[in-house]
Amino acid sequence: MKPAAFEYLVADSIETAVAALAQAGGEAKIIAGGQSLVPMLNFRLLRPAILVDINRIPDLAYVREDGDKVRIGALARHHQLETSPVIAGHFPVLREAMTHVAHLAIRNRGTIGGSLSHADPAAELPMMAMLLDAQLRVVSPAGERSVAAHDFFQDALSVDLAEDEMVREVVLPKLPPRTGWGFAEVARRSGDFALAAVAVTLTLAADTIVQARVAITGVAPTPRRVRDAEALLVGKRVDHALAQEVIGRVRAAAEPQADLHASAGYRRHLVGVLGGRALGEAWQRARVAA
Amino acid sequence: MTARDISVTVNGTVHRHAVEPRLLLSDFLRHTLGLTGTHVGCEHGVCGACTILLDGDSARACLMFAVQADGCRIETVESLGRVGKLNALQQAFHEHHGLQCGFCTPGMLMTATDLLKKYPLATDDEIREGLSGNLCRCTGYVHIVAAIRAAKEQT
Repeated sequence: MKPAAFEYLVADSIETAVAALAQAGGEAKIIAGGQSLVPMLNFRLLRPAILVDINRIPDLAYVREDGDKVRIGALARHHQLETSPVIAGHFPVLREAMTHVAHLAIRNRGTIGGSLSHADPAAELPMMAMLLDAQLRVVSPAGERSVAAHDFFQDALSVDLAEDEMVREVVLPKLPPRTGWGFAEVARRSGDFALAAVAVTLTLAADTIVQARVAITGVAPTPRRVRDAEALLVGKRVDHALAQEVIGRVRAAAEPQADLHASAGYRRHLVGVLGGRALGEAWQRARVAA
Repeated sequence: MTARDISVTVNGTVHRHAVEPRLLLSDFLRHTLGLTGTHVGCEHGVCGACTILLDGDSARACLMFAVQADGCRIETVESLGRVGKLNALQQAFHEHHGLQCGFCTPGMLMTATDLLKKYPLATDDEIREGLSGNLCRCTGYVHIVAAIRAAKEQT
């Protein structure tokens, strides 16, 4: 199908973009990579009166270190994150996740700001934002605010963004030394949305876990952290019995839906299996991490 | 809605047209410019048949509006070679029977062009993963993978 007609505005700055959003009073949509938005327009699931194209805003596609943080501009493309030495160096778990995001032609276009704002419940980047305790810098004509990923994802395809706001930057605090990571995903086909995926980071001191993070996607309306599994891991070493307890908590944190790709029961089973794998990988990596 | 003037370089030729904002890049290429080598399958980014190169990077032409390509450089399958003078990748598809009905072929060729540029493609698994966003409903993937393997070994 073809999209319904719309007016098209090229924004040359973030200020122009959010001013246009405010003026349109909810009738405008931002277009960045368009890899989720354009299918919805083509199906006429969305019929915005105005598309505000932010692709030409200069200096919004960066990945840069800033002390104990890494700052990622909203227009950074997926393929850029996949190949960035800064990401590979500081967030190898994110680099691994990026290889699971769709296909090259889509990774060439899709942006981090777009993926987080769209918030598909089975997407990898929202899960990474949760895992890595991302802060999102959000702009409106009234000014700027910072929102934690934890508060940003509200429901499937629903985020804490007002109709005159856009994400300008994603800030990731660097991981502590001696952190290992694991990532496990199953999709029907390479590049498809996850049926389930789990990501884990474990930080060690004196060979016991001092910080644990467990994030899941594809099995609930939003990506989730499994806080009770994280609490259970702190102060311990991973062995078979502990892994089984973590797997149980990962399964319990899932709230899967059935669709034509997988039943809810299969997804709940799967997220446990993947949780065990990601935990094992993270433990092995943490034990050899500097 | 207001038509806008755009200037797009397609396969080395500058084209100036007034386009409605909702005109998909795939329709612009096929209907406005008559470049029907770019095929349209699903029109929502799943099948990969409409893959083109946008400023050198592969992209789905059905997931962009022509108006967004203003000032950009686009290569379509027509840029690769000509009848009687195929490029190395097309020649490899020909020699390895990398097409049956041919509908998916333009997307396969443009995707492979970008894959060959960006990934080592050391294993056939890696080639298959790279092609996972392109559907061939004749299911002739074995020959397509062999063709890309052969093209890789030539470079």
